[in-house]
Amino acid sequence: MFRHLISSVRSIGHRTIDGIWRLGYASRFFVLVLLKSGTSLRRFNLVIRELYFTGVLSLIIIVVSGLFVGMVLGLQGFETLQKYGSESAVGTLVALSLVRELGPVVAALLFASRAGSAITAEIGLMKATEQLAAMGMMAVDPIARVVAPRFWSGVISMPLLAAIFSVMGVYGGYLVTVVFIGVDEGSYWSQMQSAVDFRFDILNGFIKSCFFGVAVTAIAVFEGYDATPTAEGVSGATTRTVVTSSLVILGLDFILTAFMFRGVS
Amino acid sequence: MQRTTMDLWVGLFVGVGIIALMILSLKVGNLNAYNPSQSYVITGNFENIGGLKVRAPVKSAGVVVGRVTDIQFSTQTYDALVTMSVDSRFTFPKDTFASILTSGLLGEQYVGLAAGGDEAVLKDGDKIMKTNSAMVLEELIGRFLFDKASESD
Repeated sequence: MFRHLISSVRSIGHRTIDGIWRLGYASRFFVLVLLKSGTSLRRFNLVIRELYFTGVLSLIIIVVSGLFVGMVLGLQGFETLQKYGSESAVGTLVALSLVRELGPVVAALLFASRAGSAITAEIGLMKATEQLAAMGMMAVDPIARVVAPRFWSGVISMPLLAAIFSVMGVYGGYLVTVVFIGVDEGSYWSQMQSAVDFRFDILNGFIKSCFFGVAVTAIAVFEGYDATPTAEGVSGATTRTVVTSSLVILGLDFILTAFMFRGVS
Repeated sequence: MQRTTMDLWVGLFVGVGIIALMILSLKVGNLNAYNPSQSYVITGNFENIGGLKVRAPVKSAGVVVGRVTDIQFSTQTYDALVTMSVDSRFTFPKDTFASILTSGLLGEQYVGLAAGGDEAVLKDGDKIMKTNSAMVLEELIGRFLFDKASESD
């Protein structure tokens, strides 16, 4: 009984220390990636190759989900606004919720599960099959050659994907409310345009998605690099990437929103 | 360095992303409609601004001509000092009447400018002398009740 109690207390302490250890290691790794990203900027075709895997292949899921999210927003917004006779404001509702929140956040969540998990699995498997160690043998730095291009491709493609998501959502809302239901087209766009501000809404949404891009890819490359080099370890690392980056996205979104939209109408 | 089909796809992706950003800023955000870089600043003292906020539109005849840039409480006159930036394409006479209005029943509040007949026009930094406060529902009801009560005497 007593021994059982001690061992459980010990395991809490062990996990805490281990977590702090990993956090420090992750921070050092992040700085190392930034320092060694000179190579990937000089040999930009490495980044372009990764942009294909992270950006282009995520395009389908982003476009389709953006369209459907916008359609649902339009439908639900119309149902509610109709009660107050202000269904022409549905464009404002769709655009503001997409540009400020849903665009960056949902695109980042999809990006984490589509591209982040792939990055982790790829790097983890490279480690498990000792390709990273082989690179080190040949005096090729695996962080500069493997990790940094993947990191930068994620940072570049995330804001673009979020913008595509928002635009698809706005047109999805347009499709449902204007084409199917019959809200006036002019008021859909004009109410939207008068309510959405370039600096406060669009630029802040863009900055948000840049932050999410850095966070998701940093987590993905770290989990892959830090994975236990076994089949089980790689699968665990992939799961951790999706879970951790989803939580970080949502937490970061709250902090950024609190900074950006405090005191603005 | 060879060109590959991958480059084509990546180029397409980046192109679509940049177009999406442009659509967001031009079609959704309407960046080109109101350019505040060429504007002049006018101020006005209001007894009560109601729910007026910074960034609220300044309209004349229903057309947006500027934005509210700053709202401050003045301890000298104990009223609100509202600073507005007005597009320099539009000039207004010195005796322009500024009032705080509400668009629709539940809409946002804005500053409405009604032009007067003066020859001289408002310049940068000028102050509008004639202002009309926002309607405050409680005051309105209070006044109505007071009138009713005095009628019945």
